[in-house]
Amino acid sequence: MFQIFGVSSFALFGQLLIGLINGSFYALLSLGLAVIFGMLNIINFTHGAQYMMGAFAAYLMLQYLGIDYWLALLVVPILIAITGILIERLFLQHVRRLDHLYGLILTFGLALIIEGLFRNSFGSSGKPYQVPALLQGGHNLGFMFLPNYRAWVIAFSLVICFATWFAIERTRLGSYLRAATENPALVRAFGINVPRMITLTYGFGVGLAALAGVMAAPIYNVSPQMGSDLIIVVFAVVVIGGMGSILGAIITGFALGVIEGLTKVFFPEASSTVIFVIMAIVLLIRPAGLFGRAA
Amino acid sequence: MRLVGSLAFSLAVLLGTAAHAQNPISVKIGVLSDMSSLYADISGPGSVVAAKMAVQDFNPAAHNMKVEIVSADHQNKPDVGSSIARQWFDVEHVDAIVDVPTSSVALAVADVTREKNKVFLISGAASSDLTGPKCSPNSVHWTYDTWMLANGTGKALVKTGGDSWFFITADYAFGHALERDTAAVVKANGGKVVGSVNVPLNNSDFSSFLLQAQQSKAKIIGLANAGGDTINSIKQGAEFGITAGGQNFAGLLVFISDVEALGLKTAQGLVLTSTWYWDMNDTNRAWAKRWQAERPGKFPTMVVAGSYAATLHYLKAVAALKSAADGKAVVDKMKQTPTDDPLFGKGEVRVDGTVTHPAYLFEVKSPAESKYPGDDFKLRATIPANEAFRPLKDDNCPLVNAAK
Repeated sequence: MFQIFGVSSFALFGQLLIGLINGSFYALLSLGLAVIFGMLNIINFTHGAQYMMGAFAAYLMLQYLGIDYWLALLVVPILIAITGILIERLFLQHVRRLDHLYGLILTFGLALIIEGLFRNSFGSSGKPYQVPALLQGGHNLGFMFLPNYRAWVIAFSLVICFATWFAIERTRLGSYLRAATENPALVRAFGINVPRMITLTYGFGVGLAALAGVMAAPIYNVSPQMGSDLIIVVFAVVVIGGMGSILGAIITGFALGVIEGLTKVFFPEASSTVIFVIMAIVLLIRPAGLFGRAA
Repeated sequence: MRLVGSLAFSLAVLLGTAAHAQNPISVKIGVLSDMSSLYADISGPGSVVAAKMAVQDFNPAAHNMKVEIVSADHQNKPDVGSSIARQWFDVEHVDAIVDVPTSSVALAVADVTREKNKVFLISGAASSDLTGPKCSPNSVHWTYDTWMLANGTGKALVKTGGDSWFFITADYAFGHALERDTAAVVKANGGKVVGSVNVPLNNSDFSSFLLQAQQSKAKIIGLANAGGDTINSIKQGAEFGITAGGQNFAGLLVFISDVEALGLKTAQGLVLTSTWYWDMNDTNRAWAKRWQAERPGKFPTMVVAGSYAATLHYLKAVAALKSAADGKAVVDKMKQTPTDDPLFGKGEVRVDGTVTHPAYLFEVKSPAESKYPGDDFKLRATIPANEAFRPLKDDNCPLVNAAK
């Protein structure tokens, strides 16, 4: 066993793995944001609140309807996506053609309202949610104890990330979507219902946030402010990756999780700021982000 | 006609003086708290309810007083807290500020209160510096402090074999004070501290720090944090097999709201120190029931109880002085008068501002032991008032030396 800056290599492997796990949450959340920004041109500040709604929906279903984690994983994203579709139909479609700032302020306001409503109903300290029975316990990898649930999180989010990337970049539907972003009038001329496609895309992005929320429920405290704690970091991830770049969001999400994890070992006091330092540097060197195309 | 006129005049004069004599002393109390973030369930709106209950029980009309309660959200930011305090004192004629969780905010508010010669009734903040090196003639510290928590939980755990400690510390005034006070207790009782890590406030993922704690091989992982940070540490600790691996958590500041958020299945067996528990006796239960009429489904914490008791004692002192104008005089009166309220019983306000009362060592019940909602704690030991708080001689409070 060798040492790196006074930290044993074993400890370091553990921290790298934990960084990847946290990165998978960043990736999943920033993926939804990137899809929404890339396709709708809207900076969705409600994303954190929608992630929180996902976690709360999982809690409420278990508590009152007896619906377990696995079913919630399927049902909750659809349910929250429907609320997202309503938001898009009622509000967002009216600001899409305006400056980014309008969408940003609208979604930010909505996030505050949703969080306030949840805090009013459930208090701020949160609700308990257990790790599903099938994934309880863990394995000793020699250099660390890996909880089964965390292993599941990393595997599942990799699958979701890849599937989303594939759907948007490699399928016919994805190509319609990308074309609709470039030139909606022309795509409509081919007989494709562009507004409906955009609404569904927003619903999909919101569903991704809710899915991350369900996955977070067993490990993070399910509380109304869980989303606002995370959303700022996720925004930084999206900015670093390049606004709207799907692959950028995924890769940066994982990479920043690892960097943050290492900061937690070498200089823990800075772990909440390191991502923003990186963001500032990236913006100075590549204003469009690491994977973004310059406008 | 002249007679009637002069009679009317004298009557008017008489009425005028009578009205003047009955002009009530008006007192304005500001509850400054975290209303919307991680500490909101510990104090926040619950403290406002408690302060209003204290006013109700005091019955201002009987003392020819008029009491008004206002409240604000300090967002856990010292700059926001001190600017609200300034505005309250300068513009809105607030006489006393109650509660103020988050020690960094409380330290800032204590300075402003002293400068303006008002009264600061601390219940939510825990740093023992507030009655130590940073003590103020305008502050009274109710409920608890970091020394008391360290002394209660720390001593109990070292004595039952937990003699090596690793700290996960919230990186601000409160966390550092709690770690320092606990480390001192651990060392004084023959234990040792093998490491610590400072974590930024409101961190959501603790796995990195838990792994460091695991690798330290310490028997006890001391959580020098509070609220959502404590909940996340314990929840993720269970996942990472901390207790299964033979290590134990010491939640140095755990509230009933945290236990409710964790669920008994995860929190069971946790040892904690508290100065008040809603289900300890009939008086507390009756009080909690009244409080719950305003906060349905929640359970009052010791901080909420402290806001009630502090407000009540403050109003008694103002009534005795017949004025709230001179903050230091009111605090001096509070120190001269023994405390006596339904929730904390009899006690005293010491010269450094600490209010003494017994503290209790509790253990969190298992799901099987809990019979009804909120039935979360069982009593392990009672720490008498004279042992629960830091001895005056160790205070380093300038007021103590001045009093000698």
